[in-house]
Amino acid sequence: MQAFQFRDAGTVAQTNSTPAAAGGRIVVGENMKNHRNKLLATLALFGASLSHAEYQLNFQQPATSIAQDVYSLHMTLLWICLVIFVIVFGVMFYSIFKHRKSTGHKPADFHESVTVEVVWTVIPLLIVVAMAWQATKVVINQKNTKGADVTVKVTGYQWKWGYDYLDEGFGFHSKLATPQTQYENFGKDSQQVEKKNENYLLEVDNAMVVPVGKKVRLLLTANDVIHSWWVPAFSTKQDAIPGFIRDTWFKADRVGVYRGQCAELCGKDHGFMPIVVNVVSDEDYKKWVSEQKKKAAESADDPNKKWELADLMKRGEKVYQDNCAVCHKPDGKGMGAFPALDGSKIAKGDRSAHVGIVLAGKNAMPGWSKTLSDTEIAAVITYERNAWGNKTGDVVQPSDIKAARK
Amino acid sequence: MTTATHVTDHAHDHHDHPSGIMRWVTATNHKDIGTLYLWFAFIMFLSGGVMALCIRLELFQPGLQYFRPELFNQFTTLHGLVMVFGAIMPAFTGLANWMLPLMLGAPDMAFARMNNWSFWLLPPAAALLMISFVVPGGAAAAGWTLYAPLATQMGVGMDLTIFAIHIMGISSIMGAINIIVTILNMRAPGMTLMKMPMFAWTSLITAYLLIAVMPVLAGAVTMVLTDRHFGTNFFNAAGGGDPVLYQHIFWFFGHPEVYIMALPAFGVVSQVIPTFSRKPLFGYHSMVYATASIAILSFMVWAHHMFAVGMPVTAQLFFMYATALIAVPTGVKVFNWIATMWKGAMTFETPMLFAIGFVCLFTMGGFSGVVLSIAAVDIQLQDTYYVVAHFHYVLVAGALFSLFAAVYYWLPKWTGHMYPEGRGKVHFWWSMIAFNVTFFPMHFLGLAGMPRRIPDYATQFTEFNTMATVGAFAFGIAQVYFLFFVLLPTIKGGQKAPQRPWEGGQTLEWEVPSPAPFHTWEEPPARELVDKLSAEQKLH
Repeated sequence: MQAFQFRDAGTVAQTNSTPAAAGGRIVVGENMKNHRNKLLATLALFGASLSHAEYQLNFQQPATSIAQDVYSLHMTLLWICLVIFVIVFGVMFYSIFKHRKSTGHKPADFHESVTVEVVWTVIPLLIVVAMAWQATKVVINQKNTKGADVTVKVTGYQWKWGYDYLDEGFGFHSKLATPQTQYENFGKDSQQVEKKNENYLLEVDNAMVVPVGKKVRLLLTANDVIHSWWVPAFSTKQDAIPGFIRDTWFKADRVGVYRGQCAELCGKDHGFMPIVVNVVSDEDYKKWVSEQKKKAAESADDPNKKWELADLMKRGEKVYQDNCAVCHKPDGKGMGAFPALDGSKIAKGDRSAHVGIVLAGKNAMPGWSKTLSDTEIAAVITYERNAWGNKTGDVVQPSDIKAARK
Repeated sequence: MTTATHVTDHAHDHHDHPSGIMRWVTATNHKDIGTLYLWFAFIMFLSGGVMALCIRLELFQPGLQYFRPELFNQFTTLHGLVMVFGAIMPAFTGLANWMLPLMLGAPDMAFARMNNWSFWLLPPAAALLMISFVVPGGAAAAGWTLYAPLATQMGVGMDLTIFAIHIMGISSIMGAINIIVTILNMRAPGMTLMKMPMFAWTSLITAYLLIAVMPVLAGAVTMVLTDRHFGTNFFNAAGGGDPVLYQHIFWFFGHPEVYIMALPAFGVVSQVIPTFSRKPLFGYHSMVYATASIAILSFMVWAHHMFAVGMPVTAQLFFMYATALIAVPTGVKVFNWIATMWKGAMTFETPMLFAIGFVCLFTMGGFSGVVLSIAAVDIQLQDTYYVVAHFHYVLVAGALFSLFAAVYYWLPKWTGHMYPEGRGKVHFWWSMIAFNVTFFPMHFLGLAGMPRRIPDYATQFTEFNTMATVGAFAFGIAQVYFLFFVLLPTIKGGQKAPQRPWEGGQTLEWEVPSPAPFHTWEEPPARELVDKLSAEQKLH
């Protein structure tokens, strides 16, 4: 887990729970603006220690200036609403208690007053204008993606994220790291349910890494359906739309690990494609970039290599578990609408039909032609044709896939 | 007025209407059709409620316990569709059918046979939705908004849903035409538009909204259908289409739709509050203008549902300003209701309790609406549980509570029996508390960062989810209590209702006996009666 190697690089920011709930690791840092906040945090810590439960009542602690603006804006709105609430409900409940028939109150018979009606039209109008005025500069700022230091292309897939560092020339996929056995509890009693990880459903295999204090511009798109990239602590949410590029930005103030989730219903595993951003020092970022470049060079496959069955099976199993097992299940038995591959007519029958479905997709199954390389597709098809009971002995080479793409 | 001709048209089938099941299948009487609509809506409300409880059951604790994610998504989708198109909309059409002719002094709705057809389209549409759960691939699972291109991926369940929406749309449009023609042409002599009961005004404006936007929805889902089966690429970028186009079309329907569900609720509350305050509705004229303003503004705010899709900054700002503006006429309505109560002589029978509950909770939903209207903050809250809390405050506490207010208010007129007042109060307080236990914590979940439409969640969201689930089941049981301990006993018997069960009622429906006879206002009400009631309501 890359998430941990940066933990000691600076202030720990626990972004997915309250400061209080982070327990011993709470750091009351420069972000806590005054003593009142410290007092509140201490009280919250006391409250949390009384019961283990977590009752976060407000936004996560902001980690960007936009998030700070949104936080303040929301607090202002909340206070305005509260004042109106007290006045309006105060008048109404006064009336409910005083103007009852049971206390002998006789009904008045007024039924209109132009003055009063103009007043209570104009005052709300002024309040609304004041609120919108205050919000305008935040909206304009949110939309200003100019002057980025780092540009990352983010692609939504069913159901994982892809990050391409365009300036550096490498990219990777990022998917849920919580094992299925932790969240699939069907028919298990409370003893059998596996203990959940600390960052259950909010942890990934490869986190996005960005330097602290630098403006990061995200170019978002999607491969299949609409997804939405959202990190609450940054107040950054942008839909990723297939066939189009949208952009947004953030500039993290503090080093730390920040967690979010896909925010647009994108099918079956919409709830299982989290986002993790490691914000690191400039130095650590440079180190990480050079490591990634090295890794990218090493893992590049020669598309003309002739593979042996055993090697393809090994590679194919990994590709299968990373991409296919979520629907067709690790044992190839399928589930519900997702057909079993073990013994299937496709996996045991015509090779070119099998290749065709993997490339182009079918019904709910996405096409993999853009997501996986020739080598990966060759490996996973070879795996599917030889794993479990499908002992066909077929070997599909990357060159076959290359030919099939044409 | 043209009313007289209609009276003679309908008078002849007085004695030979069929009985048994055929009475309902061939129903052309507005009261029978109103009853059919209301029962249909109640059955749909319970079905959608069961789906909601399945959702809450799965979310009771973290981990997947009962339902696979794809089935969970089917529940969230069908819960939304069933409640919007099956429960709330038909319920208000049912109320309009039952009450508009009574309140306007008309013998029936304008197009009695079309009325029959517009109701009987609904059960097949509902059947298509329910059957879709058992077809290969299951029901539609793209959310009630059916966003493309997710909607193009679904199985045959999506096609059934699209056909169901087509049918329900046709039904709504026919119902709306009937309401408009009835209101414009069949009012009692002397009842000018500005002397109509407020419920007639809100029904009229709602009907225009329906006619304007249901075809837009039909267009959107038809385009999904042709994208799915006939090789078009409206929403497929690879073929030159645009997925976001779907959202623009959908929400051009979707936002007025919100007011289609809210305006009749305003109408009901505007009848109930004056009655139990024993004081005329404050600011009748400004109520009418506010309703019309809300309806017009509702066509100019659709993209506030899309602040996160990445619109240009000018569009973000325009839709933010326009949306925030809706708070003004909505505020006027709330102030008017409170001014109606002010210095009245209030009593608190169950309809009044539900109406006050409506004002309180709808205002809460209005506050969260104002927060969401601010685009900068909406970016953070879009597609979170905050939004779920917001629209349930507006639709459950808004539309549903007003429907309960209406049912309790008019039940004596419909059945000829008084409902048991104590049990009605139990139903109100039980629903009120359970509703808030269910939906208030969702504000916190959304603020803390829990997305909506997920079958499983990170562990820090557990406590509030558990609380919401407990509240939801309590709310569900309250509605079963309503059915078996209030509704059915009142229909079967109970204390006889007088013609005027409510001291403060000043509209025409209280001028006919309880229960309302099969045919009413075959002779239009006398001009003097209409003038007297208008004067009592201070309408001029």
